[in-house]
Amino acid sequence: MAVPLRLEVAAAGAVARLSRLVGAGGGTTVPGKLLSVLDPGAVDRLAARLPAGTATISATNGKTTTSAMAAEILRPRYRLAHNRSGANLMSGVASTLLSAGGAQLGLLEVDEGALPEVMRRVRPRAVCLGNLFRDQLDRYGELELVAERWRAAVDALPEETTVAVNADDPLVGSFAAQIRFGLDDPSVARPALQHAADSKYCLVCGAPLEYAAAYVGHLGDYRCPNGHMERGRLDVAARAIELHGLERVAFDLHLPGDVRRVEIALPGLYNVYNAVGAAALAHALGATADEIADGLGRFRAAFGRFERIAVGDKTLLLLLVKNPAGANEAIRTLVDGGPPTLAVVALNDAIADGRDVSWIWDVDFEPLLGGLDRLVAGGDRAAELALRFKYGGFDTDAIEVEPSLERALDRGLALTPSGGELVVLPTYTAMLGLQRIAAARGLTRPYWKRAA
Amino acid sequence: MNIRVGHLYPDYLNIYADRGNIAVLARRAAWRGHELDVTEIEIGDAVEPGAHDLYYLGGGQDREQLLVSHDLAAKAEQLKEAHAGGAAFLAVCGGYQLLGRGYRGHHGDDMPGVGLLPLETVAGDRRLIGNVLIETEVGPVAGFENHAGRTLLDPAAEPLGRVVSGFGNDGQSGYEGCRLGRAVGTYLHGPLLPRNPRLADWILAQALAHRTGGEPPELAPLDDELEAEAQAVSSGRARGR
Repeated sequence: MAVPLRLEVAAAGAVARLSRLVGAGGGTTVPGKLLSVLDPGAVDRLAARLPAGTATISATNGKTTTSAMAAEILRPRYRLAHNRSGANLMSGVASTLLSAGGAQLGLLEVDEGALPEVMRRVRPRAVCLGNLFRDQLDRYGELELVAERWRAAVDALPEETTVAVNADDPLVGSFAAQIRFGLDDPSVARPALQHAADSKYCLVCGAPLEYAAAYVGHLGDYRCPNGHMERGRLDVAARAIELHGLERVAFDLHLPGDVRRVEIALPGLYNVYNAVGAAALAHALGATADEIADGLGRFRAAFGRFERIAVGDKTLLLLLVKNPAGANEAIRTLVDGGPPTLAVVALNDAIADGRDVSWIWDVDFEPLLGGLDRLVAGGDRAAELALRFKYGGFDTDAIEVEPSLERALDRGLALTPSGGELVVLPTYTAMLGLQRIAAARGLTRPYWKRAA
Repeated sequence: MNIRVGHLYPDYLNIYADRGNIAVLARRAAWRGHELDVTEIEIGDAVEPGAHDLYYLGGGQDREQLLVSHDLAAKAEQLKEAHAGGAAFLAVCGGYQLLGRGYRGHHGDDMPGVGLLPLETVAGDRRLIGNVLIETEVGPVAGFENHAGRTLLDPAAEPLGRVVSGFGNDGQSGYEGCRLGRAVGTYLHGPLLPRNPRLADWILAQALAHRTGGEPPELAPLDDELEAEAQAVSSGRARGR
């Protein structure tokens, strides 16, 4: 016999308050975990309560930023239930829906592995699928396995669901979708596919794909030389892209029947991908071209993604790195904005980071190393990171190994001149650790207290 | 002296940071005054026995591994001849499986192998994933494993090492990897060589022996303090699993 939904909601809410009281963190997934145990089917019913339905967003890289951009666009139109703190497993989704009293639309960032079950339960009205890169192979398994699970989940969606896919990703772009989004400006393309490029073979014949333009990792304008597949049409596209260092990007956003010049206060081509993904999803949910352009224009960085924190007269610049494709973009953007002479890189190997740290060897750190005078390697696997730099040709005398995040941060700050900016590249749990340190010092508010 | 490396299918077999292994060999050779001269051997390229002192095969995703397996099997005779002539081999994960006789039941198909190492691989139900520590002739070797295949050594085959903590070849035998003369195959990535410098130097010495036609040389010691620290952390992860 199922417990009435009303009682479950009350019980789970009490747990969230307790979780915060005991300082166990944001209390963002504890009530959802409780609910999942009490009644796994409750998520289906919680989602069904939302009058405007639910939208789900997933990708290896950029799902948190894409969701936050979509939220900024959609907020004037809908009251949202949005898991903005990045709690994106089934438990986080359940918690978000639980605390969504009065919300009209569910806007859910979903972990790649959890996506099939979440979609089966919430029966989304619109779906945005961004990209698949190699990431945490110990947890997710191989890329193609994730892609096949996604494909089956997309095929099982109700007919009325609108699916938006990144057409520039050969795997994701091969799914059946009503909206195909991507980049269309060869002037900002890479000269060649990066080392970490993953999906670079035809899904039918295995021949290497030919790229008219490669933008980020294996994302680009591709075609099979034997004619089996190609990037094809774009319904939502960014053209005439301008990259302005570490500060912003601007581009023409082409929507079906409309074009708007958009400027966002985030750097890098990968954020152009996030923006067109958010635009495609918002379009599917009924947002107008003006709402989309205005929302993207208002947008500010999501939690820990290119976040600046003031520390006295110095600044911390936090850039999350979690897999080769994402780290390469962060590094390229940094170097384009004027290469730093000092950096703290922090590598943890908790489950959320991936226990297998081999991915750091697939990151192209070398463009960053060229400009550095000193490097602080931090986190639980600091020594491994130091080896990456040593064998990348960096002078070991200029590397400081400091596994303690707090000491690594303080060492970096001590080396930063007055008025200067310290670049910190942490993996996911190292970023959470740094945020906690910053919060404890009163430098930033904890994420669950921030205004929406 | 230049050490000639034939890197097989770097575009396909590179999933677990195999280029880290190549970087370690290149630097450690350079610090001893040798140059690592790496040639990429792709699908359709010929293998010329005697032309390379070391062959390297990395790991690939299932699809990539299958894409190269038939081409590699077609190179089997040349690779075996190179091995008989004293060339060294290092094969990791998928490359290790392919140096054996083959992989049975790989997604329902059988994948051919080179037949250089005395072993074969069969598909298992569950992937064997985690930090792993083994004890070898050159001391402890620490890494990470992530494989669905169970690799079964022939009765007379020599493993690379004994599993201290982790799964190893099949999760049961207590053995990890395989060694045949100057050829080494292993499931350990992470990548393998940065935190295991003694194994890296052993391989370099084998390659140099082929280059000179003499005995494996004694390589000048290097400052491996960072390497030792990384190995200690990695070993601790394996022991604590």
